[in-house]
Amino acid sequence: MTEALLQIKDLRVYYHVDAGAVRAVDGVSFNLEAGIKLGLVGESGSGKSTMALALMRMIKAPGKIESGQMILDGVDLLQLSEEKMRQTKLMKLSMIPQGAMNSLNPVMRIDKQMMDGLEDHNSLLSKEELTARIQELLTAVDLDPKVAKMYPHELSGGMKQRVCVAMAISMEPDLIIADEPTSALDVVIQRQVMAMINRLQEKLGLALILIGHDMGLMAQSVDRLAVMYAGRMMEIADTKVIFGNPLHPYTQLLISSLPVLENKGVFSGIPGVTPSLLTPPPGCVFHTRCPKARDVCRERIPVFTEVETGRWVACHLITA
Amino acid sequence: MGKTKGFLSYVRRNPALGWGFGILLALFLFTTVGQLFVVRENAYPLKVPVNKPPSAQYPFGTDSQGKDLLAGMVVGTGMTLSIGMIAGVIGLGVGTILGFTSGYYGGIFDTVVKFIVDVLMTIPSYLLLLLIATTVTDPGSMKTVEMALILSIVSWVGPTRTIRSQVLSMKERAFVMMAKLSGMSGIEIILKEMMPNLMPYLAISLAGAVSGGVMGSLGLEALGIGNRREPTLGMMIYWVRYYGAFLRGMWWWILEPVIAIALVFIAFLLISIGLDEVANPRVRRKV
Amino acid sequence: MATSLIELKNVTKIFGGKKNYTVALDDMSLALSENFPRIVTVAGESGSGKTTMGMLLLGFYSPTFGQVFYRGQDLRELTWTGMMDYRRNIQAVFQDPFAVYNPFYKVDNLLSIPIKNFKLASSGAEARSMMEEALTSVGLRPEETLGRFPHQLSGGQRQRIAVARALLLKPKLLIADEPVSMVDASLRSTILKSLRALNQDYGIPIFYITHDLTTAYHVSDYIMILYHGSVMEVGNVDKIIRDPQHPYTQLLVKSIPWPDPNMAWGDADDIINKSKVAFVKTTGCKFLPRCPRAHDICQTQPPALFAKDSDRAVACYLFKDAPVVPREELGTLFREAV
Repeated sequence: MTEALLQIKDLRVYYHVDAGAVRAVDGVSFNLEAGIKLGLVGESGSGKSTMALALMRMIKAPGKIESGQMILDGVDLLQLSEEKMRQTKLMKLSMIPQGAMNSLNPVMRIDKQMMDGLEDHNSLLSKEELTARIQELLTAVDLDPKVAKMYPHELSGGMKQRVCVAMAISMEPDLIIADEPTSALDVVIQRQVMAMINRLQEKLGLALILIGHDMGLMAQSVDRLAVMYAGRMMEIADTKVIFGNPLHPYTQLLISSLPVLENKGVFSGIPGVTPSLLTPPPGCVFHTRCPKARDVCRERIPVFTEVETGRWVACHLITA
Repeated sequence: MGKTKGFLSYVRRNPALGWGFGILLALFLFTTVGQLFVVRENAYPLKVPVNKPPSAQYPFGTDSQGKDLLAGMVVGTGMTLSIGMIAGVIGLGVGTILGFTSGYYGGIFDTVVKFIVDVLMTIPSYLLLLLIATTVTDPGSMKTVEMALILSIVSWVGPTRTIRSQVLSMKERAFVMMAKLSGMSGIEIILKEMMPNLMPYLAISLAGAVSGGVMGSLGLEALGIGNRREPTLGMMIYWVRYYGAFLRGMWWWILEPVIAIALVFIAFLLISIGLDEVANPRVRRKV
Repeated sequence: MATSLIELKNVTKIFGGKKNYTVALDDMSLALSENFPRIVTVAGESGSGKTTMGMLLLGFYSPTFGQVFYRGQDLRELTWTGMMDYRRNIQAVFQDPFAVYNPFYKVDNLLSIPIKNFKLASSGAEARSMMEEALTSVGLRPEETLGRFPHQLSGGQRQRIAVARALLLKPKLLIADEPVSMVDASLRSTILKSLRALNQDYGIPIFYITHDLTTAYHVSDYIMILYHGSVMEVGNVDKIIRDPQHPYTQLLVKSIPWPDPNMAWGDADDIINKSKVAFVKTTGCKFLPRCPRAHDICQTQPPALFAKDSDRAVACYLFKDAPVVPREELGTLFREAV
């Protein structure tokens, strides 16, 4: 059996503030095969955005990757030098950030911005070849090549996000991390952008980690889904399996609180509040809100276990 | 007590603010407590032997008019600072009223205020001050109050502009809308909702207006416009030039006011930097 | 016919200068009555004009053309007492759970200030008990929320306090502008439930502004779909979401990301890329550049509202044989099904 493209082992990212250490990511492990789309879903405080930054090694003080391994294609990213990591970015691993509006340089034309990344990695290409490549990339994301000569403020939100996708695929990496790529976009544009990302992903054989809070978007877009809560991973499985038969109580409550056509007038949420990440509750971090919590849940942290092939859960009720 | 502790611990994280206040405090003590150690009258002409370099009897030396420069500095620093403070406070007061009302209510009043502010910003204030000072009063024997009032004519412009633009952006925020929905009147919203949030900007404007006032007074006094009898820092510069202190090698007479002036401006610069961090949390370096 | 509570009459709102202007809302007429205890959604994407409508109803924007009437009086002509009455009776819940709080004050202010200004309680104790009751009815514990500063509470708690405020004030109309879009999924249901309760238990009409058709479907009775400042389809929400007739509504409904992998989106080939038609201006139907079913008549002028059913109308020439609903009578579509 071939090894997974990405292996995360017991990753911990803590933010050190005056009051102590905020455990944004507290012992997360999972694997991702090549060419697979994985959704990382969680609410605010779940740690999903921190995961995105950690994967790109973009965590800044007071945050720190405390421990763990991030193995991409056999190489532990956390052991790489700054220079090697910089080269890995874009060539093997790239990111489509949240809020396209903020990530494009407002005073540079689009083609110049795209060229920066390309030139850095591909100094052998001539100017004509670079320009051609940029045209190719823009067409791949359904943009008129004229966009190359425009400035970000002349583009709509959807167009700007497409430019970000174009930059992310420019070196044909093995893995793309998309952090809430469509949260600022209207629902129709969202569908178009996701369809475009899907198409590219299939054509280039990339693996994709889609990070977000919209379960509906996940259901429509990813092959496998990982559910995070308060810095830990609760469940991971194929999308259809998770929606059809969620095992973890949190996943169950989350799915049943989503509005669908059939349950008009039925409102069910999850009572309580997310726990503090500074002083997380002992044992299972969800036990304070879990309707099925038992004594063992308060005492011991459940181990993230593979209960069926490709299906992992962290819950005493399931793994007992 | 808790508030002082809180302030001090904040200051530890914001060294600029701490040092700025520290220097100002030192100057303040120098000019107030210092008066216990000097004979006030000696700050005026013909009191002591002339042109004496620093010695045990006259630690700051004396000048060509027979002033004990230690006494002069003690008294003069305080005077210069007070002129700056008065001009600054008036400037802030006027700026606050104009900035809030024109920014919040808009309309023709706002258009007029904005126009005046824009025009005054382009005219070099120093020239304006010179013009006004020389025509309005007798340039050689101005009273402190008159000086402060003349400086106020330009010191209100900066605060008005800063406050108005902050008000314009704050007006659109949801909590102001909520306040309107809760039945609050315009004045209530200005005083209770907006002003507390704009305190850092008011403080920055005050720091700017005071240091601007000091600068203005120095500029006028250096040319001899002001009260020539008083030992203000600016006047000292005037006399230094008048008596050719450079040519006569009277280094103490030159250095003392220059160091004092430098300290004043460094203090205000540091305070501004420190306040900028308060107003703009993104600039903060430490969490 | 009784005077409506609030009415937009031929209101057009234009932003921008002479050269680069945007028509945010185009000749909208809508009358809302206080005796109509239903939830009406105005839905659309960004740029549709839905937020502009909310702002006009709340008096925070002034119409470029047309008038806004409160109880028959133009908003611009209200006296101070008239203004206080207007503010008392028309309240709002906004999108950002943090922005509605002044970070300087405790969250209690959000509740106590209107009690004081509108004289809702005769004593401090009465005010306090009103606040506690409102908080408990949205699922919050007063001892955990009162006395705190906004940054000490979570987004969900802050938004629930904003809803509690509406419950406490019992206005004649509540305008809810994307009240759950910035709130976690697990809390959305709770907040929407409170809004529904406000409507059903206290008979308070709610004007719900959103881009999310699923929440609109769940919480409201009637819906108006806006596109570039004009109404495309309006009427009963069940009908419109389950069986959309306007090509734009169909596009929207098809793009809803249902949390069910078996209800797949399908590919997006049918969607005409918005960026390719972004700069096309039309004199006819606003949706023309993106409409897969356009024909010649669509270019002439914008279509009127054609009443396809007694409780639904579509602004589309596909239905040109149906009776026309005059724009001013938009409200008649929100009729109770007998």
